[in-house]
Amino acid sequence: MNPIVSVEHLSKSFGGLRAVHDVTFSVEQGIVLGIIGPNGAGKTTLFNCMAGLFPPTSGTVHYEGVDVTGWSDAQLARAGMVRTFQLMRPFGSMTVLDNVAVAAAARGANERESLQQAWEILQQVGLDHYATRTSKDLPTAGLKRLELARAMALQPKVLLLDEVLAGLVPTERQPVIELLLSIRDNGVTLLFVEHVMQAVMALSDKVLVLNHGEMLAYGTPNEVVNNPEVVEAYLGDEVRNADS
Amino acid sequence: MADKLIQTIPSPIKSRRFFDGNMIALLIIIMVAIPVPLLLQAGQESVAIRIVIFAILGLSWNIMSGFGGMFSFGHAAYFGLGAYTSSILLVNFGISPWIGMAAGMVVAAIYGVLVGWLCFRYKLKGTYFALATFAFAEMLRILVQSAQAVNASVGYNVPLIKGSSWWYMQFPAGSSNYFWLGLILLAGCLLATILFARSKTGKFAVAIREDEGAASSIGIPVLRYKLTVISISAAMGAVAGVFYTQFYLFIDPDLAFGAYRSIEAILIPVVGGIGTIWGPLVGSLLLAPLNDITAAILRNPPPFLDFMQGQSGLDVMLYAVLIIVVILFLPKGVFGTIKDKVKRR
Repeated sequence: MNPIVSVEHLSKSFGGLRAVHDVTFSVEQGIVLGIIGPNGAGKTTLFNCMAGLFPPTSGTVHYEGVDVTGWSDAQLARAGMVRTFQLMRPFGSMTVLDNVAVAAAARGANERESLQQAWEILQQVGLDHYATRTSKDLPTAGLKRLELARAMALQPKVLLLDEVLAGLVPTERQPVIELLLSIRDNGVTLLFVEHVMQAVMALSDKVLVLNHGEMLAYGTPNEVVNNPEVVEAYLGDEVRNADS
Repeated sequence: MADKLIQTIPSPIKSRRFFDGNMIALLIIIMVAIPVPLLLQAGQESVAIRIVIFAILGLSWNIMSGFGGMFSFGHAAYFGLGAYTSSILLVNFGISPWIGMAAGMVVAAIYGVLVGWLCFRYKLKGTYFALATFAFAEMLRILVQSAQAVNASVGYNVPLIKGSSWWYMQFPAGSSNYFWLGLILLAGCLLATILFARSKTGKFAVAIREDEGAASSIGIPVLRYKLTVISISAAMGAVAGVFYTQFYLFIDPDLAFGAYRSIEAILIPVVGGIGTIWGPLVGSLLLAPLNDITAAILRNPPPFLDFMQGQSGLDVMLYAVLIIVVILFLPKGVFGTIKDKVKRR
């Protein structure tokens, strides 16, 4: 099976700082890839390069077999590779429904279709109660869902999710995890950066570990957590943090 | 069970009719405004006309800076380009101001897109963008002032014709037709604003204003829509300029491109309500007559204002006070605040 996304020898430097260095991996359609690593490991930079926020210093990104290196984020989003932001970025003055509808419209849907589709997505993510409220009135958990809903309105094939669970209390996480699984069941490939290991283990088919901008490990969740280097660089911290 | 739960929340999607509340309001406003010139006394007509000109200019600014979030401090440029394009065509070639208006709209839109593109190319935002628009407008003023080909600082007098002509937008002094002409143009601009606000372009413009990065991440071609919004706004500004010239029969570089023209364009929506459909009209109804009201008061001042008799400048003071009051107590403008209150209820 051909990979839907493949990243080859991707590097990104900011001045002298090597944020991402020589990362190569590929993802098959419909799988869930968790990206983990300590703070500053280059996870978000990797996402930004893949999503077209800025071009990589070197290396390529292929999406559906097409070289999309250097495409803008808007181009990629319309083509079906969509990212969400760690810090929620709603269109504050618009209603929740319009927030999602405008994304459907950006994909090319007409007004009626986009509203209808936005409404269906809001029901799916459980925001239908808030549909006519302005989005800045939503609580954090609602904004996280809105961020997802907006991405879903683009009918993505690949979703790049930057810490969707961050800022949520444990009881709020489970519904979001289930939501992500249902999105995956619709054939959407998910790549997500996450610190919550419980979610990474529950969701991921594959896990990519970054450390100092380099790929430390790539494999199934079990392979990764039993990898001594990974424990040393990252998970050890987690365990220590959990203890304290 | 789950299905039942979903059923209990009614879908908020109503089939949108062409004649929504805003359209009906527009029709009512037109109906109410049509007989106005018949009720006015001599001399009050120019106030009504000024309301119309201010409102169109304010609507223009509101598209770009209110809905689009790109703060323009150079709307005089669009106003002036409209005024000058139609004047040049009329004076030199005898071309109807209607055609001149269309040409002026195109010229202003092209200028707006060029300047906008340059600004965004160098990633100017917020204050810096505002200053750049101001600088470009001033540049136009100075250029026109020193260019003999467009009469330099002398400007243009609209050639007088005999009788009245809708085709040449010229009527005898005091004719009600001027107001009706302005009303047609104003109604057109209000209609354009209503259609803009509900259009895809309008929605994208608001999304870009709220968060450019997020707008881009959901696939909106940000630059293209920003420039589209500027061109609509610029074209509208040109309409105001053409009508101004045809009413006052005169235009010069200061009247057309002067900085106070840009300030007027900002103040009207700020007082009325930025980013709302009706804000500029409300702001114009409040600001445009200020001049005449103060003049009338000072001609026959009440006792406590005796010392002001024969002085000018009270209108500017009132302007300042009004703006401070609005910014302090009605930060969303008069119409914007009322709209919020009604919505919350």
